[in-house]
Amino acid sequence: MLSIKNLCASVDNKQILRGINLEVRAGEVHAIMGPNGSGKSTLASVLAGNEKFTVTDGSVEFLEQNLLELPIEDRARMGLFLGFQYPVEIPGVTMANFMKMAVNEQRKFRGEEPLSAGEFLRMMREKSAIVELDSKLTNRAVNEGFSGGEKKKNEIFQMAMLEPKLSVLDETDSGLDIDALRIVATGVTRLHNEQNATVVITHYQRLLDYIVPDYVHVLYKGRIIYTGDKTLALKLEKEGYDWLINDYKE
Amino acid sequence: MAEKEIIDNIEGEYKYGFTSDIETETIGKGLSEEVIRIISEKKGEPEWMLERRLAAFRHWQGMKLPQWAHLDIPEIDFQDIIYYAAPKATKKLGSMDEVDPELKRTFDKLGIPLEEQMALAGVAVDAVMDSVSVKTTFRETLAEKGIIFCSISEAIKEYPELIKKYLGRVVPHTDNFYAALNAAVFSDGSFCYIPKGVRCPMELSTYFRINAEGTGQFERTLLVADEGSYVSYLEGCTAPRRDENQLHAAVVEIIVEKDAEVKYSTVQNWYPGDENGKGGIYNFVTKRGLCHENARLSWTQVETGSAITWKYPSCVLLGDNSVGEFYSVAMTNNYQQADTGTKMIHIGRNTRSRIVSKGISAGRSQNAYRGLVRVAKGADNARNYSQCDSLLIGDKCGAHTFPEIDSNNPTAVLEHEATTSKISEEQLFYCNQRGLSTEDAVGLIVNGYAREVLAKLPMEFAVEAQKLLAISLEGSVG
Repeated sequence: MLSIKNLCASVDNKQILRGINLEVRAGEVHAIMGPNGSGKSTLASVLAGNEKFTVTDGSVEFLEQNLLELPIEDRARMGLFLGFQYPVEIPGVTMANFMKMAVNEQRKFRGEEPLSAGEFLRMMREKSAIVELDSKLTNRAVNEGFSGGEKKKNEIFQMAMLEPKLSVLDETDSGLDIDALRIVATGVTRLHNEQNATVVITHYQRLLDYIVPDYVHVLYKGRIIYTGDKTLALKLEKEGYDWLINDYKE
Repeated sequence: MAEKEIIDNIEGEYKYGFTSDIETETIGKGLSEEVIRIISEKKGEPEWMLERRLAAFRHWQGMKLPQWAHLDIPEIDFQDIIYYAAPKATKKLGSMDEVDPELKRTFDKLGIPLEEQMALAGVAVDAVMDSVSVKTTFRETLAEKGIIFCSISEAIKEYPELIKKYLGRVVPHTDNFYAALNAAVFSDGSFCYIPKGVRCPMELSTYFRINAEGTGQFERTLLVADEGSYVSYLEGCTAPRRDENQLHAAVVEIIVEKDAEVKYSTVQNWYPGDENGKGGIYNFVTKRGLCHENARLSWTQVETGSAITWKYPSCVLLGDNSVGEFYSVAMTNNYQQADTGTKMIHIGRNTRSRIVSKGISAGRSQNAYRGLVRVAKGADNARNYSQCDSLLIGDKCGAHTFPEIDSNNPTAVLEHEATTSKISEEQLFYCNQRGLSTEDAVGLIVNGYAREVLAKLPMEFAVEAQKLLAISLEGSVG
C-alpha cells in the first residue's frame, strides 16, 4: 500500500529525514517511536504533502501512484489521512459543514454522488458514537473551544467519517488522560481492518496496549535505525533509547 | 502553502458584468439648474419638489468634496457625467405585460424575476434600472394591508404629504457633499410606508442595476415604519463590466416610529473593476435611520463590490429605549478601496447599540472601518458594544480601523473589541488534508469568519451572500 524508499526531506535548508525506508501493507499496524527531534512528525507531514518541507531525495508510492507528485487534497481524497498532533481551529465553520464538504469531495473524486442530508446526518451520528464524541460538538466550529481530549477524539471521528486506506496518527495520544486515551485508542482499533493500514507515531508504550502494532520502528536522526515487534515498545519503555542510540553511534 | 499562491487563487469572476441592449433615453452630460429642471420635468414632478432640488443644488455648489476618508479618490469631473438615463418604456408600467422583454430578460439573468408568480417566495421587488424604477411587484397584495411600496417618483406624485413630511428629515441636503448632490439630481429609488401596527407579510427589496454608459446613478430610498410596525427590507446592486468608472451616490433614509422595527439588509455587488484596478463603480452612499421611543433599527450589509466604497449606515437613537444595530462584512480584493462603518448617536435614555464589523482584505486592496459612537449628555444608561475584526489575505493589502468614541454622559457603558487575523497556512493545510481544494478552503474559512453577520440576513440572501464571498475571493489564495 505504502512504499517509502530512501526518503530525504529538509526544512529551511536543515536536513530532517535522511533516508527513510518503510513498507506498509494492507491490514498492518506500524508504530513509529523515537526521541524528540528525530523526524517522526516531519515524516507524517511529508507524506501528507505539507509544503513547509522540501523532499530532497527518495520516492514514495501510495496505492501504486507516485505520492510526492500529488497535491495535498488528492492524497487525502485517495485515502491518506493525517491525524494532527495540534488540530487547528476554524472559527465559524461547523464540524458538520466541514465534514460534509470533506466527505463529498472524496465521493466526487471516486465518481460517486454526494450524500443526501439524511444519509450524512445518520453517518455523523453513527461515527461520533465510535469515539464517544458528544454529538453536540459537531454543531460547534471546527476545534474551536474544544478541550485537548476533544480535539483528539475529533481527529479520530474525522478518520471514521473518511474511512481512509492509510491513517498516519501523529502523537494522537499526547495530552490525553487515561479515559480519553482508552476511548481514542479503542476507536482506532475498531476502525482497523484487513483493507486498511495504520501508522501511529507515539512516545508511549501505553497507547500500544490498545493498538497492538505488527511492527515497531525506532526513528533517530532522520533514519529508521531499528525495527522490532510489539515487545520492542515494552523494552523501550523500560530502558529508553540509549542502548539503541549507542549501538547506532558505534 | 505559499503566501503568493494564496493570493493568486483569489481571482474573482464577476458574474453580472454583462450589458443589456436596451434603448436608453439620456440627457446630455453635465450638471446645471437647467439639467435639474429637465429631470424634474421628465418625472412630471410638482413645483415644490423642483424647488427642493434647486435649493439642494445651490447648496451643493458651495460645498467641497470630503477628504477625510482613508481613500485615494481620483478626481471626479461632475460635468462629465450623464445625470439621467432611462430605458425607453413603451408607456407607464401598470401591469407585467408592459415591461420591455429585454428588461425582463435582464432582471431574469440577475436572478430577479419580475413576474410575481416566478418571484422568490415572500419577496416583493422594486426593480430600478439606471434612473428609473421599471417594475414594483406585489403592490396590490401589500396595498391590502395599507402598505405603500412603489418608486419614489410615483410617491412624490401620489403621496405628496408623506413625502413632504419625511423626505430629507433624516438626511437633509445640507448633510454632506454627496447627499446634497443626490437631493438635487436623484432620479428614482423606492418608497415604502408601513402603517401603524402592521407587520409587513413579505420581504421588501429594491434591486438597483446600472446599465447605461457614462451615467451616474443617484437613487433615493425612503422607508417609514409607523408606530408598532415591522418590515424587513433588502437591497441588491450590480453593474456591467466597463473600463470607465461610474458614480453611484445614493441616500437612504429610514424613519422608525415608536415601537416599530426595521431590518435593512444590503448585498452590494457593484462592478469592482478588473484585477488591475481599471473601471468599477464609485459608491458614495449616505444611509441613516431615525429611531423613536422603543424603536429598533438593524443594518446588515455585505459589501463585495465597487472600486471605491464610502458608506456609513447610521442610527440616530432619539427615543428612549431605542436600539440600533450594524452588522457588516466588507470584502475588498485587487485594487478595491473601502471606507465603511457606522455612526451610533445615542440621544434618548437607555438606548443600546451593537456594532459587528468584519473586514476582509485581499490583493492590493485597502479596507477601513470607520465608526463613531456618540453619547449625548441626556442619554443616561446608554450602552454600546463594538466588535471590529479584520482578516488579511496576503501581504499587499491593508486593513485599518478608525473607531471614535465621544461620550458625554458618565452612566454610559461602551465596549470595544478588535482583532486582526490572517488565514493561516496551518488552516489551509488542515482543510487540504481533509480533501478540500484551497479555493474551497478559503471560501469556507472566510464564510466562517463572517458567519455572525451572514446569519442576520434573510435566509435566501444569506445563501447568495455566502456564494458571493467565495466567488469574490477566487484567485486570491492558493
